[in-house]
Amino acid sequence: MIKNRTLQGYILNTLVIAVLLIVFSFVKEAFGKAGDFKLIIAPSIWQCCYLIILAASLNMTLGFLGQLSLGHCGFMAIGAYAAALISLAAERAGVFSDKSGPAFILVLVGCILIAGVLAAIVGLLVGIPALRLKGDYLAIITLGFGMIIVNIINNLPFAGQEGLALGSASASLYKNGLGFGTALKVTYIWVALAVTMISVAMMFMYVRSKYGRAIRAIRDDEIAASASGINTAFYKVFTFAYSAFFAGVAGALYACSNATLSTASFAFANGGILNSTFVVVMVVLGGMGSLTGSIVAAIIMFIVNYQIKNGVWVKLLPLWLQNIFAFPMLVYAVILIIVIMFRPKGIFGIYELSLRNFFSDMKRQRQNRLAQKQESKEALNNE
Amino acid sequence: MSDERTPILETRKLGITFGGLVAVSDFNIKIFKGELVGLIGPNGAGKTTVFNMLTGVYKPTEGSVLLDGQVLNGKKTHQFVAAGVARTFQNIRLFKQMTVLENVLVAFTKDIHYGMLDSLFRTPRYWKTEKELKTKALDLLSIFHLEDKADYIAANLPYGQQRKLEIARALATDMKLLLLDEPAAGMNPTETAELLDCINAIRNRFGIAILLIEHDMSLVMNVCERIQVIDYGVTIAKGLPEEIAKNPKVIAAYLGQ
Repeated sequence: MIKNRTLQGYILNTLVIAVLLIVFSFVKEAFGKAGDFKLIIAPSIWQCCYLIILAASLNMTLGFLGQLSLGHCGFMAIGAYAAALISLAAERAGVFSDKSGPAFILVLVGCILIAGVLAAIVGLLVGIPALRLKGDYLAIITLGFGMIIVNIINNLPFAGQEGLALGSASASLYKNGLGFGTALKVTYIWVALAVTMISVAMMFMYVRSKYGRAIRAIRDDEIAASASGINTAFYKVFTFAYSAFFAGVAGALYACSNATLSTASFAFANGGILNSTFVVVMVVLGGMGSLTGSIVAAIIMFIVNYQIKNGVWVKLLPLWLQNIFAFPMLVYAVILIIVIMFRPKGIFGIYELSLRNFFSDMKRQRQNRLAQKQESKEALNNE
Repeated sequence: MSDERTPILETRKLGITFGGLVAVSDFNIKIFKGELVGLIGPNGAGKTTVFNMLTGVYKPTEGSVLLDGQVLNGKKTHQFVAAGVARTFQNIRLFKQMTVLENVLVAFTKDIHYGMLDSLFRTPRYWKTEKELKTKALDLLSIFHLEDKADYIAANLPYGQQRKLEIARALATDMKLLLLDEPAAGMNPTETAELLDCINAIRNRFGIAILLIEHDMSLVMNVCERIQVIDYGVTIAKGLPEEIAKNPKVIAAYLGQ
């Protein structure tokens, strides 16, 4: 038996992920060409992947750093447009012609990385002035920046309001760029899965290091954090940029899974799935300060969103309810209100779902919690 | 007192005004290594304001703060901490959602040398540093008998232990001067006595200078070697505890004339 609990955790997680991937590859082989997998499940996985990265990255600022940012989709838009435009340019330069081969993979990886880096740079530029503010003021200013970013992209001569399909980039993303059709989505599904796993792992490593400790300290008490020697300005801006990086990566995946890009889909109040409030709902639902919570919540919210729009059962509902479902934002708002009323901490609170703990110490943890509660009760009585 | 030594802390004509209000003026103090100095005064006298100036939270409008002969004016709070000033707060400020151990580990952050890449790839350097710090933190907690509560969430600790944890966290910053802002506030006599032992233990073990704000006169008279009294931001008396207790100005400030 392995004694080192950290090693135990690593081995257990690797094993479980490996088993899941093997099962998945069998499923893909068996159903890869069948209609449902190709038309529904593979695109859903792509969508889930970028939602997971998006929610987890916002959780870094909202949950771990404790700063409400309402402009997260702005960074995603930067990533999406950067990846799309670079891929189109690469195609025009003749780096790749059909979407296969090592050259295309290289372009793909490059696009994802550059998308992240560009978003991080903008995150840095936005973060330096914005993070001097707190609470509501920060929320307003990030909301504003999110809108500004979308408007700037709108007015760029080569990006265009109509999206890349009709804009002056004058080439369809689907045809010549990164955009994957349903068949390619199945072929390249490992890209989405790998990018998601690497991104989440990178965020995990970040929050479980001195950086994570420092930003959680800032969340709990900024004055005490600086009195403990933490350079609060540096950690806040750095984390903001780091989270913007992953929003950019999510944007690149978004560009991959769409035939066209339109800035309207990143606008603050669009009725679709991609707006900054929707991401905030995911983070709050999963638990501010729990990355695994964000992953679970992203999948739940995706399913809710998908079912509202496409579910068969919706047609059986009374008409007035169907009419409400035509405005999904209303449903998200109701979900947010219910979560805040009955479980304000979100599904996971600040705890991470850990396979190791799940198997071995559920009992021990419960005992600890009970003992702790008992003790604080006694302490209260003593006072 | 030999004035040739460089004092750990020296302030020269320190003063601050908020708008037209003079909160503190002409505040001079010298604290040497291993000394425990008390700062007392009636409510609203400006004691905490002095602390805030000594830790860079407020920028003094006149005068200067010297730590080990080094001028710290205009620096930020974390730079004060890096130079060697640590403090506790009048109303406890712990990292409430973090564990007791993490609360102490946070204070080590400025001395951690592993970087972004080390934490992303979990290099041996990362593991080594984290392991060393954990031992160091548990060692610190054991002074306050908190080592077996290391995994507790800080907010769940009883009041007295929260105070102690705050002192432990301040000690973890590896400071030369410790500022304690009413450490015994809200404590019962037993807890205060325990705290007294702790403070003495810290002094003996680390040999640091301590500046203490306190309302509990028995504590102040017992542990402080020198006392400085301020009222309305002005120093009205300095000296040994016995002298202060008899000083008519101090009695007038506390009891009214």
